[in-house]
Amino acid sequence: MSTELQKPQTAVTAPSGHRMPGRESADRKQVTQGRWAYTLLTPTLVLLAVVIIYPVVNAIIMSFQKDSGLDPATGFFSEGGPAGVDNYTHWILQQCGGAACPPGTLGAQFWNSMATTFFFTIVTVALETVLGFWMAVIMARTFRGRSLIRAAVLVPWAIPTAVTAKLWFFIFAFEGIANKLFNTQILWTGSEWPAKWAIVISDVWKTTPFMALLILAGLQLIPDEVYEAAKVDGASAWQRFTQITLPLVKPALMVAILFRVLDALRMYDLPAIMTAGANNTSTLSILVVDQIRQGFNTAAALSTITFIVIFLVAFIFVRFLGANAVAAAGTGKAK
Amino acid sequence: MKSNKFLLPAAVAGVLAMTLSACGGGGGGSTATGGGDAAANLDGRGPITYVQGKDNSNVVRPLIEKWNAAHPNEKVTFKEQSDKADQQHDDLVQNLQAKNPNYDVMSVDLIWVAEFAAKGWLQPLKDKTAVPTTGMLESTVKSSTYNGTLYAVPQSSDGGILYYRKDLVQTPPKTWDEMMSMCSIAKQNNIGCYAGQYQKYEGLTVNVAEAINSFGGKIVDDSGKAVVKSDAAKTGLSKLVDAYKAGNIPTEAITFQEEQGRMAFEDGKLLFHRNWPYVYNLAKTDGSSKVKDTFAMAPLPGQSGPGASSLGGHNIAMSVYSKNKATVTDFIKFIASEETQRFYATQGSLAPVLSKLYDDQELVSKLPYLPVLKTSIQNAVPRPVTPFYPAVTKAIQDNGYAAIKGEKTVDAALNDMQSAMEAAGAK
Repeated sequence: MSTELQKPQTAVTAPSGHRMPGRESADRKQVTQGRWAYTLLTPTLVLLAVVIIYPVVNAIIMSFQKDSGLDPATGFFSEGGPAGVDNYTHWILQQCGGAACPPGTLGAQFWNSMATTFFFTIVTVALETVLGFWMAVIMARTFRGRSLIRAAVLVPWAIPTAVTAKLWFFIFAFEGIANKLFNTQILWTGSEWPAKWAIVISDVWKTTPFMALLILAGLQLIPDEVYEAAKVDGASAWQRFTQITLPLVKPALMVAILFRVLDALRMYDLPAIMTAGANNTSTLSILVVDQIRQGFNTAAALSTITFIVIFLVAFIFVRFLGANAVAAAGTGKAK
Repeated sequence: MKSNKFLLPAAVAGVLAMTLSACGGGGGGSTATGGGDAAANLDGRGPITYVQGKDNSNVVRPLIEKWNAAHPNEKVTFKEQSDKADQQHDDLVQNLQAKNPNYDVMSVDLIWVAEFAAKGWLQPLKDKTAVPTTGMLESTVKSSTYNGTLYAVPQSSDGGILYYRKDLVQTPPKTWDEMMSMCSIAKQNNIGCYAGQYQKYEGLTVNVAEAINSFGGKIVDDSGKAVVKSDAAKTGLSKLVDAYKAGNIPTEAITFQEEQGRMAFEDGKLLFHRNWPYVYNLAKTDGSSKVKDTFAMAPLPGQSGPGASSLGGHNIAMSVYSKNKATVTDFIKFIASEETQRFYATQGSLAPVLSKLYDDQELVSKLPYLPVLKTSIQNAVPRPVTPFYPAVTKAIQDNGYAAIKGEKTVDAALNDMQSAMEAAGAK
C-alpha cells in the first residue's frame, strides 16, 4: 500500500496499480506498464481512427466544398470548388442561391425539421421517463412472476426499430387496427398532428423498456435498510418515494435521460418508415439522408450542424444538470 | 456512483462520435466528377459483371447461363443488389464515383439515367458501342436519352393502367371528365370513385405527372428546364385537386401507396383505380379479392383520349470505366433481343420494350393486359428527364401534396414547384 501512497495521481494510467508487488522499482514498473498499455490499446485506437476519426474529419472537410454543378455548355457536371461557409448558411439562413429557398426544397425544411426533432425529443423522453419510472418501480418489487414481467417488458426493446415502425405503420393505416379498435376514421399518417402523435406513441412503446431498465438498475442500488428505517420513523409511502427513492435514483435517472435525449435527437427510422417525413414529421437525420442523394457536400454540412446541436445539448446536460447530480450523489455516497 | 464521473463524458463522447460518423459515412468517398474516358477500351473483350437489383422472379441467372455457355471467354458474373430502389441507387453511385471497373454493365431505373449520364459515368452508346433501338417503344427510348445521346437501352417497361368494375360500368371512360361523371354510380353503390397513389413518395410524382402530362402540360422541357408554370399544367393539376375536394377521390387515398390502393380495389371499395400491371394477377387470384370476375382494364383516361401514363421500367447501361466495352455492347444487344424480351415477359411478367411483342398471341394469352399496356406505354411520358431528379421529384411531391390537401392553391403550388426546381438547377 505504501507504493500507492507515493503515486496517487499516476495510478490512473495504471489501472491495476494497487495490486503491484513492492519488490521492484515502482518507476520502472510504471514505464513497462505504460508501454504495455499503449501496445494493447493500439489496435483499438487504429480501428477508431479508421472508422470514426477519418469519416468525421472527412465529413467536415467536405462540408466546406461546393457540390458539383451542371455545366450548361456540356450537359455534364463539373467540380464545385471551395464553398467557404455557403453550405452552412444554406441551411441556417435557408438561402438557395441568394434567395430564400422555395417550398419543396430541402433547404426550406431545415428549421421545421429542427423544431420537429426537438418536439419528438422532449415529448418522447418526458413520457418515457414517467412511464419507465413507473414500470421500474413495479419491477423492483418482489412478487410472484417478477422475472416473467421483466422479460415481457423487454420485448418491445428487443424488436428491431424498422420492424416496429412497419408494425405501427400497419396499425395506424386507415383500415388498420387503431381505427377499428376505437371506431374512428382518423387519417393517422395523412395530417400533421395525428402523424406526430402516431410516431410519439410508437417511440414510447418501443423505448420505455430501455428507460425502465436503466432506472431499475438505479433502484436496486438503494439498500432496503434505508426504507426500513424510514418506515420505522413513520414515513408515508409518498414521503419514502420523494425523500429516498428520487434523490438516490437521480444519478441513474440522469444518465438514462441523457442517453435517451441523445438517441432521440438523431431519430430516423420511425418517421422515415411511418410517414417518410411527410406532414412535417421530417427529423434532421431524415433531412441528411434525403440531401445525400442531392449532393454530398451540402449533406456533410447538415450532418456537422446536427452534430454540433447534439453536442451542445449533451454539454448542457452534463455541465448544468447531470454533473451536479453526479457530484451530489457522489458525496452523499462517500459518507 | 463515483465512476459515473468518468463514465458519463466518455459515454457521451462515444455516442456523439457514432452520430457524426453515421452521418459522415454516407457522404464518404471522392467528390471528383467529370467521369471517365469514353474512348478507352472500346475493343476490350473479356469477363464482365452485370449489376442489378434483387432478381425476384429468377430471370437473370438463366439468361446469364445461356450467355456464358455461348461465350466461354467473355463470361458474365451477376452482382445482385438489394430489392430497395434507393439502396440500388446509392450502391451504383458509390461504385461509379469510385470508378470501379468491375461494374461493367448495370440495370438502371429510368429516372437515374440523366443523373448518371450527366456525371459522366455512362458510356454513350454510339459508333463502336452503338446498339440499335429499332422496334422499341418510343417513350422507352426517350427515357434512355440524355442531351440527344443514347446512354442506355430500354430493358423492361411499365405503365399505368385503369382498373375498373365492369359489373358497374359497361364501357370504361375514355376521358377524365367522363370518369368523373360516372362517380354518381360509385355513390349509388356506396363505394369510392377513383384513387391512385397520393401519399408523399415517388408514387405521388407519378400521379401528379400523369395529371399534368395528360392535359398537355410539361414539367421539364427537352433541354431540362423547368416549365411547369403553364395553363395546361394548371388544368391538369386542378382536375386532381378538384376530384379530391369533391370526394370523388376518397379522403383516405391521401395515405395510399400502391398496396393500400390495390387492397381497397380488391375489397370492392373503389370503382376506378390507377395502378401498375402487377395488380392484375393478384386481383384475379388473391383469396381475399372480392372483384375476381368483376374487374377489367383500360388505358388511363386523359383530356380527349387516353391519358399520358408515367413511364416505369429499367434501362441497361454501360459504365464508362468498363475495361471490356466490346463484350458489354454484345451483352446489351443480347438483353435487348427479341428472344430475351420474350423470356422476360413469360418468366418474369416484365413488360417488353419491343413494340411487336405486345401483339404476340402467345404472350397476350399469358399476360392479358398487354394490349391495354401497349396503349398506356405508347402514350406514356417519362418522368422528368433531368440530372436533378431527386430534387425535382421532391419539389413535385411537396407542392403536389399540399395542393391536393387544399393547403395551397393550384397556382401557388405550381409556382413553388417551378421555383424549387429552378433552385435545384433545372433552369
